[in-house]
Amino acid sequence: MSDELRELYQELILDHNRKPRNRRAMTDATADADGFNPLCGDKVHVFVKLEGDRIADVSFDGQGCAISTASASLMTTALKGKTLEEAREIFDRFHAMVTGEPGAPIPEEKLGKLAVFQGVCEFPVRVKCATLAWHTLKAAIDRTSGQVSTE
Amino acid sequence: MQRLATRPAFDVERVRKDFPILEGRVWCKPLVYLDNAATSQKPRAVLEALDRFYREHNSNVHRGVHWLSAAATKDYEGARDKVRAWIHAADRAEIVFTRGTTEAINLVARSFARPRLKRGDEILVTGMEHHSNIVPWQLVCEETGAKLRVVPIDDRGQLLFDEKLLTPRTRLFAFVHVSNALGTVNPAQELVRLARARGVPTLVDGAQAMPHLRVDVQALGCDFYAFSGHKVFGPTGIGVLYGRKALLDEMPPYQGGGEMIRRVTFEKTTWNDAPYRFEAGTPDIAGAVGLGAALDYLSTLDWDALHAHEQALLARATGALSALKGLRIIGTAREKSALVTFAMDRVHPHDIGQILDQEGVAVRTGHHCAQPVMDRFQVPATARASFAFYNTLAEADALVAALSKVRELFP
Repeated sequence: MSDELRELYQELILDHNRKPRNRRAMTDATADADGFNPLCGDKVHVFVKLEGDRIADVSFDGQGCAISTASASLMTTALKGKTLEEAREIFDRFHAMVTGEPGAPIPEEKLGKLAVFQGVCEFPVRVKCATLAWHTLKAAIDRTSGQVSTE
Repeated sequence: MQRLATRPAFDVERVRKDFPILEGRVWCKPLVYLDNAATSQKPRAVLEALDRFYREHNSNVHRGVHWLSAAATKDYEGARDKVRAWIHAADRAEIVFTRGTTEAINLVARSFARPRLKRGDEILVTGMEHHSNIVPWQLVCEETGAKLRVVPIDDRGQLLFDEKLLTPRTRLFAFVHVSNALGTVNPAQELVRLARARGVPTLVDGAQAMPHLRVDVQALGCDFYAFSGHKVFGPTGIGVLYGRKALLDEMPPYQGGGEMIRRVTFEKTTWNDAPYRFEAGTPDIAGAVGLGAALDYLSTLDWDALHAHEQALLARATGALSALKGLRIIGTAREKSALVTFAMDRVHPHDIGQILDQEGVAVRTGHHCAQPVMDRFQVPATARASFAFYNTLAEADALVAALSKVRELFP
């Protein structure tokens, strides 16, 4: 198995793919949005419950590849309890990491477990998989109407 | 006494040498190209024909009196003759150059179907069509109030054809010859016969048939046959619409511009004859030349041996993949071209494709532009290994070996 592939499919990613956290519909969500990746047909629905400007709960539903499922799962664990401003900052850092140059330094103290997706930047076609749930969440909290697409 | 010679096996190692890209490596591994249904690789003969055309004959066609223009016109029209001969059309005027299968179908939808359709009329397609043989019909149906009807398919991916689907309102039966998603080879000749018996014109989407079968449009009896150059080892950007001359002659132009006219005044313009009526603007001259070179190349191959070789590839891949636990082959028709579409438990096709790629094995993953087929088999997406005659049994084995790496990561 190649090093790049091991780098992409880290154990933490495989674990979150096998046992996604917070994969459930939320009945008392204050915001939600649909995301769709037409390239591979992946669909995700993200639910958020806001209390003031704090994310009290966040969950997702849908089917996708290992990268998109694990990304959605880890996103929910990373953002629960964060303020909207903190969430946007994490999103920006996450996005910069997966679209960045391979080998670029990663602010791990800010990203925590999300740094596991660093390997994605080696595989440009997988960036959409890693960011689908994030774009969908952003649409939900920005109260964008309609469906989000990675295209 | 001399014994009857047995047919020599297809010399795959010899033909591989004709395709420079096959010598390449990806991720430091030998390339195993199993995405031939998406596009085929090009033999040296095609690459050289393109190069020679641009170096020696490049000019516009049907225009200048100068030497180069005459040479380019001869090349371009020569390619039309090669296509006519290859698909056994009766007349060279029945060969219209297009950008590909998609444009050929759109041309028929616009120029043949659209003017004839009335509210309540029907276009019949099948449940295994590529989007390019669905959407053009939906567009003309929307404009005219006609309805799209669909021949259902069974669990093996075979047509459940019922003659009752051909009604007095059916204005066209458009169906795929070989399915890009399932590999199913449809009984095209029989389907055309049944449609003709009811006076229903037929269009056959031959994009996936041409790389694997010898097609004879007169034997098929269809009214239209569409295919793409790049899937038959020619360049991208060129395709063919075969149309029965009597129908083409009655059809209005598809696009307006140069080449397609006889006389233009600001009051009235008269059309050129088919096929030129449907080739507005400067065509893909080099593309046509390249396609002609591809057909010349194909004509040097022993097609009975080629077919046997491809079926051996299919049998090898099907046998090995069927033996893998948690793998399901989608599309198990009795008559199949060398293509295996599959889904694996606990692994998304996108991850399969990624891991195979790292092993040098190129397959397609996704919905294959055939979302209704994915819906029919209740899978969001699949992986597809599609073979060409230059693939080897060892490459089929390499696919299987690479799939074991997928199971390592996704047990």
